[in-house]
Amino acid sequence: MEALIFELSCPGRIGHSLPEIDTDDYAAAIPAELRRESLDLPELSELDVMRHFVRLSQLNYSIDSGFYPLGSCTMKYNPKINEDAAGLPGFYHLHPMQPEYEIQGALQIQYELQEMLKALAGMDACTLQPAAGAHGEFTGMALVRAYHRSRGDTDRNLVLIPDSAHGTNPATCTSLGMTVISLKTGADGNVDMAVLERALADNQGKVAGMMITVPSTLGQFEPNIVKIADLLHAAGALLYCDGANMNAMVGEIRPGDLGVDVLHINLHKTFTTPHGGGGPGSGPVACKANLAPFLPTPIVAREGDRYVMQTPEHTIGKVRSFWGNFGMHIRAYTYIRQQGASGLKEVSRDAVLNANYIRTQLQDTIPPAHDRPCMHEVVLTGKRLKQETGVKTLDVVKRLMDYGYHAPTIYFPLIVEECMLIEPTETESRETMDGFIAAMKAIVAEAHSDPDLVKTAPHNTQLGRLDEVTAARDPKLRWLPSDPRDAESNWGSGRNPNQVSKLEPLNRD
Amino acid sequence: MVYSAHTPVVRDEMLRAIGVQNIEELYVDVPAGKINAPINLPAPLSEPELIAEIRRISAQSADVLTHPAFLGAGAYNHFVPAAIRFIQQRGEFQTAYTPYQPELSQGTLQAIYEFQTLICELTGMDVTNAGMYDGSTSVAEAALMATVINRRKRIVVSDALHPHSIDVLRTYADGHKIEIIATANPLDADLSDVSAVIVQQPDFFGRIADLRSAAEKIHAAGALFILVYYPIALGLLKSPGEYDADIAVGEGQPLGSGVNFGGPYNGLMSCKNQYVRSMPGRIVGQTKDTNGQRGYVLTLQTREQHIRREKATSNICTNSALIALGSTVYMCMMGKAGLKRVAELSYNRAHYLAEQVAKIPGYKLHFSEPFFNEFVVEAPIAPADLNKRLWDEAGIIGGYDVSDRVPNGWLLCATEMTTKAQIEQLVALLQRYAEEK
Repeated sequence: MEALIFELSCPGRIGHSLPEIDTDDYAAAIPAELRRESLDLPELSELDVMRHFVRLSQLNYSIDSGFYPLGSCTMKYNPKINEDAAGLPGFYHLHPMQPEYEIQGALQIQYELQEMLKALAGMDACTLQPAAGAHGEFTGMALVRAYHRSRGDTDRNLVLIPDSAHGTNPATCTSLGMTVISLKTGADGNVDMAVLERALADNQGKVAGMMITVPSTLGQFEPNIVKIADLLHAAGALLYCDGANMNAMVGEIRPGDLGVDVLHINLHKTFTTPHGGGGPGSGPVACKANLAPFLPTPIVAREGDRYVMQTPEHTIGKVRSFWGNFGMHIRAYTYIRQQGASGLKEVSRDAVLNANYIRTQLQDTIPPAHDRPCMHEVVLTGKRLKQETGVKTLDVVKRLMDYGYHAPTIYFPLIVEECMLIEPTETESRETMDGFIAAMKAIVAEAHSDPDLVKTAPHNTQLGRLDEVTAARDPKLRWLPSDPRDAESNWGSGRNPNQVSKLEPLNRD
Repeated sequence: MVYSAHTPVVRDEMLRAIGVQNIEELYVDVPAGKINAPINLPAPLSEPELIAEIRRISAQSADVLTHPAFLGAGAYNHFVPAAIRFIQQRGEFQTAYTPYQPELSQGTLQAIYEFQTLICELTGMDVTNAGMYDGSTSVAEAALMATVINRRKRIVVSDALHPHSIDVLRTYADGHKIEIIATANPLDADLSDVSAVIVQQPDFFGRIADLRSAAEKIHAAGALFILVYYPIALGLLKSPGEYDADIAVGEGQPLGSGVNFGGPYNGLMSCKNQYVRSMPGRIVGQTKDTNGQRGYVLTLQTREQHIRREKATSNICTNSALIALGSTVYMCMMGKAGLKRVAELSYNRAHYLAEQVAKIPGYKLHFSEPFFNEFVVEAPIAPADLNKRLWDEAGIIGGYDVSDRVPNGWLLCATEMTTKAQIEQLVALLQRYAEEK
């Protein structure tokens, strides 16, 4: 394994090139009561830093290095032209507080992206402000709340959420001070209409809306979606769509046509902005006209041949500083302009095709949780495998790493026993999927012939299974030379031939 | 479709393998009439057409590298070493997901662990999370965190916080029945039953204050001290830890990111040890694998939304990891000497600028307090007009117009990127404009 950067530090070494001080040294006069006494950052050359982080990068699995069928995450190829576009100086070095006449290019990107997302979602208005999917949920549900308040409908504080939903949905409601009613999903994986009708009847005048994921987190299209929207609207409530699974619909189905009032769109899923190892993402929100007056500020409008920022009349306020994750807006814009409507339609069709290919090719090995066509992802259940061999899906996915594949999602959806949520995405070839399918079959065979081999996997990764229990019970959240646990770290173990041999802790006061 | 792997023949073969005649059969659950929606988008462009189009659009904006710029106000044009973007663009970092499978994510996990350590060192705080959306949402989340810790519902905030932070705080507080009290002198406010006091250093107007007695006063009232900091300033100035802050938050952009038209940035958040289990966001911890080798995992996850669902106190599930990676590389390259130098250069050039501007007839520094690299001058004419003229005549990006707060107030900023020559050019122009009158 790679040493920690602090262990590579050498006192006095310099990794930067900065101008000399060429004015009077005013800073020398900063009084002692304001001045800090010490600052211990590591001291390294640029090459030390490069090698360290390049070696760290090599410990990661990524889309660029292999098949990443992580369900609900849409790990599709991230085109490199997006990066060139986002790195242009007129974008990357544009200051957010410049006057409107200096930033017309950036505003044009934002305006046109708003328009394109509206067209794809079948909606009337759009904000690019939210920084992530969960932030989009927060923004969208704040719109729902503001809408009811504006009508004097202040008792509506309940939100209906299927128990198959992402954890962010209920957490979003809590962070808005709203109360969640969890709806038990029907045996077929769809919303149980009787359960929904009862929840609405029991809480008349109190339901603000429903958060639904389309297609569902089980990879199924909700057949009653239009009826669900009608029921909610008749009860005075609104329908929020979690757009995490937009990759199944983009260019083909517009959520607005299904009766959805408001949804967020994950630019880092459907629209190929990179996940970055956990962000930054971007979660624009699109809505119908009745919610537009409440959108967060600013939105970008066009006045003649100029682009301007505007504050909606009854705005919920700001949800973050400045103007959203602009760097992600450029990447999504670039992707949509390259695909056009026809290209995006093929995106969703191939995503559905690939997921169904995996579903059918694996159905005799690990069966799907629901025996019907899926959309862009499929949930398998390892329940039978566990009964027959004692091997859990956790073991299966750890063994998949030995075969060179990233694990599918297994911690979710919560309502399927021993689940494996597989989302191949449209950018994967049949050959890649055939390789994955063969690996899955081989692992299931191993589970029967040599279950311990699978239960103790992975065997070929740099590290074996990690002790997460101890990590949480006795947290060690930073390197600290005075911590006895750092005294025993593998300094100078010679495991890495490129590592400098003399390792000293930082000088500390 | 660009980036497709399938030929028409392969698609047909796959449909047959699935057991259907055509793709529409897979859309059985979609209500009639809802597929094949007409969608009006611009026609697709090939890659060379596209890059030409994007370059044309980007040229409609004026960047702070090409033009002299004196703009700060929450986003700072500090030097970004070339190595940072090189590392951030490595596909292994850029196209990985959140490190939920630690065996395949040690690169991201160790980088976050190093980030946490570096921010702890910079701030003098005990623990740091993996990052938030940006500085403003960190402020809001810190306030909510305080209300969870001490179950009080009033937040006193300095009105010299960045205005966006106050706006976002108000948006986040809505729904929790939290009262936000914005005041010029938060330490003189009535702190009874107050959950937290939020102070920014340097504040929105660039001022720095001696905060050594702040914590004692705040703690005596049973409240928490939330300090909003500017990471570059910590190259010279006392850290939140030295001021005994309970929670320290800041905007991570100055640590290795371009100003990027406002995002993506990264929110920095640290706290004292005793509050770690109330802190939102991801945290990486050190552990061992089955062979006793050192490794890293996401930890303390029982705080988070994917475990706690409606019982979670925050819905956040991102940590702006790639921006945090850039900040990690930045701090490693700068080291202790480099960060101090950046802070000194920013401080010195801003003070040189202030000294020169204050000599021009009609210009006057508005505040008398010490400042870091940003300050307010009262200009003889409206700052918006001044900015327009500087732009039209000299291609200079002027300061930020704060005339809503200070009459003809113009917030000017300098960093190590603001050269002495640029300062002298600006001063000469202002001098000339002043003499015209």
